[in-house]
Amino acid sequence: MEQHIQAPISAEDAQKLRAGDYVYITGTIYTARDAAHKRMQEALEKGEPLPFEMTQNVIYYMGPSPAREGRPIGSAGPTTASRMDKYAPKLLDMGLTGMIGKGKRSDAVKEAIVRNGAVYFAAVGGAGALLSKSILSSEVLAYEDLGTEAVRRLEVKDFPVIVVIDSEGNNLYETAIKEYCQP
Amino acid sequence: MRTIDVAEITNHIKEMCIEANHFLAQDMDAAMKKAQDTEKSPLGKQILCQLQDNLKIAGEDMIPICQDTGMAVIFMEIGQDVHFTGGLLEDAVNEGVRRGYTEGYLRKSVVNDPIVRENTKDNTPAIVHYEITPGDQVKITVAPKGFGSENMSRVFMLKPADGIEGVKNAILTAVKEAGPNACPPMVVGVGIGGTFEKCALMAKKALTRPVDERSTIPYVKELEEEMLEKINGTGIGPGGLGGTTTALAVNINTYPTHIAGLPVGINICCHVNRHAVRVI
Repeated sequence: MEQHIQAPISAEDAQKLRAGDYVYITGTIYTARDAAHKRMQEALEKGEPLPFEMTQNVIYYMGPSPAREGRPIGSAGPTTASRMDKYAPKLLDMGLTGMIGKGKRSDAVKEAIVRNGAVYFAAVGGAGALLSKSILSSEVLAYEDLGTEAVRRLEVKDFPVIVVIDSEGNNLYETAIKEYCQP
Repeated sequence: MRTIDVAEITNHIKEMCIEANHFLAQDMDAAMKKAQDTEKSPLGKQILCQLQDNLKIAGEDMIPICQDTGMAVIFMEIGQDVHFTGGLLEDAVNEGVRRGYTEGYLRKSVVNDPIVRENTKDNTPAIVHYEITPGDQVKITVAPKGFGSENMSRVFMLKPADGIEGVKNAILTAVKEAGPNACPPMVVGVGIGGTFEKCALMAKKALTRPVDERSTIPYVKELEEEMLEKINGTGIGPGGLGGTTTALAVNINTYPTHIAGLPVGINICCHVNRHAVRVI
């Protein structure tokens, strides 16, 4: 099913989404990948604030290539989500509602998704040029010294993703493969 | 004896880093187009169409095909009658990478130390492999390698008794574990034989062979074809979201090995299997 949703994502919208849905996201999302997650974890341990509120927000696991003059961003596709599995449950418990990446997630992440009524989306890996066309603006919000790994606030319009793990714990990677698997 | 100024090498490497990150080689481009026609899953087909759009935008607007513009893996096949002047060859190669990644708006993805992890900010150093060949020519292959798929690559030190069935199991195990993480449809490079490091290097080199070119060794050619069929029967499909196109090719290289061993290296590459080649 095709759906259009707004980010930040309300709890009601998140719970409507089902694994396999093709979703276009419009609104504000944030980027963070390996090094930024490590910094956020350290900030939490020290009792310091995070660069943005987790509640109802969406993290896009992405580190872009540099923008050419006059463009908001360079190539901007998803990176492998499992490297953030160590950090994701805590952020989900703090209210994070959506994650965009690619690839498998751990059982702990899946449980945290269900516990918090959140959702894991996949964007098409290796389609960074195409995906960059749905990003209207990009602004470095924190950790600028990390270069491509800095935290960025993105304004996106009809950013195309697919629901992989929904709030009920259905996992498209597991079900879709069975359909085309030859015994 | 032929003399080549290393500044010439720098210029080629610079141009090839930019070229490889914006345009697929002809063999990969053709394979991606063909996959779009043969894929059976509607969602898989849709993803392959998006990847075609992506390639078009990348070439027209000069936006890298993928934001992971890779660590620059470079094969230098150097004729033994060549004499380099004007500085150290490896410095010239790294200077080419530095200029290519900086002037070409490519992502800098290299950290100076695996534990300290500070970005070098110019994507150097490259990973350079040298081979001495007959003659007075230099063949340069620039193959920027993304790490989504690199992380899913494996080395298996099998026993001779495991035989060809053991090799088949190793390849399928690596591909199934990789699944959606490696951005399928993938290209699977395999090195069988040699030593621990030789099989891994053969696997990497196998990824630079055109995907429409099969091994000249009859049993290896058969193995490549059989494994491609088996991999496409896993159901993983484009993006790992189900389908009949999980790999575009399985390229296998072999080498003599020790009486006690059967090393197998499996280097997985995503659909952005980049390789630019020049002979100078």
